[in-house]
Amino acid sequence: MAENAATAAEASKEAPWQTLVTDWSADKQTFSVPWGKAMMWIFLLSDTFIFTSFLTGYMNVRVSTPVLWPNPSEVFALTIFGIHMPLILIAIMTFVLISSSGTMAMAVNFGYRGDRGRAAGLMLLTAGFGAVFVGMQAFEWTKLIVEEGIRPWGNPFGASQFGASFFMITGFHGLHVSAGVVYLVIVALKVLRGDYERGGGNYEIVEIAGLYWHFVDLVWVFIFAFFYLW
Amino acid sequence: MSAATGQQHPLTIYFWIWGLLFLFSAASYGTDFLEHGYFRWALILLFMILKAGFIVAIFMHMAWERRALILAILGPPVVLLVLIGLMAVEGDYTELMRLERFSAPLAPTGHVGEAAEHE
Repeated sequence: MAENAATAAEASKEAPWQTLVTDWSADKQTFSVPWGKAMMWIFLLSDTFIFTSFLTGYMNVRVSTPVLWPNPSEVFALTIFGIHMPLILIAIMTFVLISSSGTMAMAVNFGYRGDRGRAAGLMLLTAGFGAVFVGMQAFEWTKLIVEEGIRPWGNPFGASQFGASFFMITGFHGLHVSAGVVYLVIVALKVLRGDYERGGGNYEIVEIAGLYWHFVDLVWVFIFAFFYLW
Repeated sequence: MSAATGQQHPLTIYFWIWGLLFLFSAASYGTDFLEHGYFRWALILLFMILKAGFIVAIFMHMAWERRALILAILGPPVVLLVLIGLMAVEGDYTELMRLERFSAPLAPTGHVGEAAEHE
């Protein structure tokens, strides 16, 4: 991209693999990104390991039990207006989270343009979608615990490890979404107040917050595939 | 503007990816209506990888980062495949032991294979 002046100019001179050698061998900072962004990526990398460990643990207990695994399609089905719809709430939650990723990506864009109002507004909208997601998750949990009688140590549908895996994985993800909502609201309010104008109008913080938010959406892609659909 | 260091791309890219993610999500929800089997699992994985790839590459701007950062972040998770592989083998073995030692009549080999298919 033309706007990406420094990077693009250097990249045009060198092939990607050459930039790798240059970046690591030059007597300077290796990653040519703001330190906050590099650190957010490192944090997300460690979070990747945590979520993969959870999903791997879930896979292990599901493979190792001789008892039939409850069918998520039926467990998470809802009857809306008299129509029985399998997995419908989870599908809606997925679309809500993807929409929030879209508004977040646009917030980053408007942030770099210096359009504080739009950037903050889109971030608050993103946080709103996140809050809706957590609300629907709370509804889902309540239904499973109160109506279906699913517990971490057992359930009426099949393998008892189902509840432990479900509450652990979706609970940790929901915690990430909740933390993200708080994070986004704080940054959005600071953007709106003009805090970052003092630093010369640097809005990379919006992109860094965005990285965290997109990661939360990314994790949901894997949970949706492996827990709900498999 | 301070955009020189930042990731600034045309909004149309984001709208396109947004639309594609909706499409892939609808498609992966559609797999829920298929029979359980290799075809369904392949489709689930396909749509999952497409969605994850577009989120990381475009929304998280990985496609425009330099190779040094891309490899530092996307390289290490590859070792997780070893953990997943080991735990899958371990899980199969545990199930086999449970069927052999804890089910009342000793399950014949055919039965063991069948039970594994239910997973």
